[in-house]
Amino acid sequence: MSGPTTGRAAGPATDRGIISDADLRRPGVRRGLRGVHGLLLAGLVVLGLGPVLWLGKAAITPTQDTLRAPVEVFPNGTDWANLAEAWTRFDIDLHFFNTLWLALGSWAVQLLIAVTGGYVLSVLRPAYARVLGALVLSTLFVPAVVLLVPLYLTVLDVPVAHVSLINTFWAVWLPAGANAFNVLLVARFFDGLPREVFDAAKVDGAGPFRLGWSVVLPMSRPIVGVVSVFAFITAWKDFLWPLLVLRDPAVQPLSVRLPALQDYVELDVLLAALAISTVIPIAIFLVFQRLFLGGAGLSGAVKG
Amino acid sequence: MADVVVTSLERPVPPATSQAAPARAPRPGGLAAWARRGGPSTLLIALPMILCFGLFSWFPIARAVVMSVQYTNLVAAPEFVGLENFTYVLSDPLLPVAVRNTLYFAVLALLFGYPVPLLAAVAMSEVRRARGLFAALAYLPVVVPPVVAVLLWKTFYSGADTGVFNTIAGWVGAGPFPWLQDPDWAMPSLVLEATWAAAGGTVIIYLAALTGVPPELYDAAEVDGAGIWRKIWHVTLPQLRPVLFITLILQIIGTSQVFTEPYLFTGGGPANSTTTILLMIYNYAFGGRGDYGAATALSLLLAVVLAILSAIYFRTTKRWSTT
Repeated sequence: MSGPTTGRAAGPATDRGIISDADLRRPGVRRGLRGVHGLLLAGLVVLGLGPVLWLGKAAITPTQDTLRAPVEVFPNGTDWANLAEAWTRFDIDLHFFNTLWLALGSWAVQLLIAVTGGYVLSVLRPAYARVLGALVLSTLFVPAVVLLVPLYLTVLDVPVAHVSLINTFWAVWLPAGANAFNVLLVARFFDGLPREVFDAAKVDGAGPFRLGWSVVLPMSRPIVGVVSVFAFITAWKDFLWPLLVLRDPAVQPLSVRLPALQDYVELDVLLAALAISTVIPIAIFLVFQRLFLGGAGLSGAVKG
Repeated sequence: MADVVVTSLERPVPPATSQAAPARAPRPGGLAAWARRGGPSTLLIALPMILCFGLFSWFPIARAVVMSVQYTNLVAAPEFVGLENFTYVLSDPLLPVAVRNTLYFAVLALLFGYPVPLLAAVAMSEVRRARGLFAALAYLPVVVPPVVAVLLWKTFYSGADTGVFNTIAGWVGAGPFPWLQDPDWAMPSLVLEATWAAAGGTVIIYLAALTGVPPELYDAAEVDGAGIWRKIWHVTLPQLRPVLFITLILQIIGTSQVFTEPYLFTGGGPANSTTTILLMIYNYAFGGRGDYGAATALSLLLAVVLAILSAIYFRTTKRWSTT
């Protein structure tokens, strides 16, 4: 998964970058490097952490203080009631759990499709796998914007079944599954597994279900982890699609509800609601830091 | 779209489809033999993917093409109108404005968001202790949900003297600035927030690429007497060329579909100075007019441009990942 990082051998001899140990022995270089890194760290703290900390501070600060002295820390004490007010009076609890359900459902659907799809394309390889794989791959070339309107109309009146998914979570869950990147990522991971193991299992009489469940699935934990984390967090952050298909406020996730709230909620309560919406993604990031920073999930990083 | 990069960069394994097993074609002997080899089970396992992609990807894509030559408003039956949607969209006086704004956004995003992550990543790659802390700090804004980020920055951009940014500007005697209220200021303000939100991801890409630079190259450069700057110029940057190209294309593809920022910050204003192509598409279809044909026609036009870009990108990365 972490490609280039693993490509580098672990030995200390190769563990070097641009600056060599010889360079480092020169005091000028050492001082310059320390200066650059100090500046970099300060910049990152201010720019990366600063706004997030400010949000945390503003969430428990009275509106007037935030408006009059936004960069002072608690000039007139804290106001913890903001959080409770947002949570209960403005239904942030409802939208929080809506978001959670949307993310969990999208995760489940994406994982099911990615694992079964990857398994068929990479391991089972029926005669039609080539065509199927090409069709899946081709959707990567179609920008999301093309799907916007026709997908909306499809969800409005699903072919064959002729039901409308509008204002149901299915409208978000099911389209989330059609994610070619996940399928191909899992397929590529399966490509890297030793085929002899599969062949041995087949010789022992394992059918496609047995092979998948008892042999391939236990070996695919790393990739399942990667797909899971990014599926969940992408769903949590999603805005445009839920905005289109979840018109009823009762089913809206935080991302759709927050912009509507800004018009009639006091600023401190709105900021408290923003802070609440950020807690889960940041918690996931802190727990799975290695996945995010190892380069595995660049899909989420680069907007596509 | 964005997504292909990583894998093709990291694991140069040929895609599954290109190495499909040969002797798998259904043999004469037909259905019974196919069933004995587990054909039905395989099909059953493939079914969720086929159904999901069929309904929510392949069908809508095909439908987009059909809809672009129809007049559809969901009330009357769709009616074939030939290229009328395209001519209508292309003659919309707002289109040149939206194209210009989108290009402006893309160019500004490149100016703000292209060199800084590269410099930060190169400096960061020389950190010997706690590199993870640096990377985590840089990546933190990427984790913040886009809607939260925009609404938060909207507060920062408050035009009042006591707005967050205006207070800070006041420390050095500048401002107050009309961040979102002035047509000249609005777009750069949007791009600044978008850059804040995305730069961390680019830093991580560069960091990964930097660890992939073979250390022998630096050793060799030193033997030839190269100092630090010449090592950066003659070894590091050339080695990063592929990934620099990838992030360039991806950023263009991403920024040309920008929606959340203009929609939430300014709604396209003031005076249409932040109306982007995607905002136009949204307004055709969902802005009360319900003109789905025009919306699809415009999204197809945009898609063709983007497809050319991603084709270039895909060809190039393919060449790089196999060498």
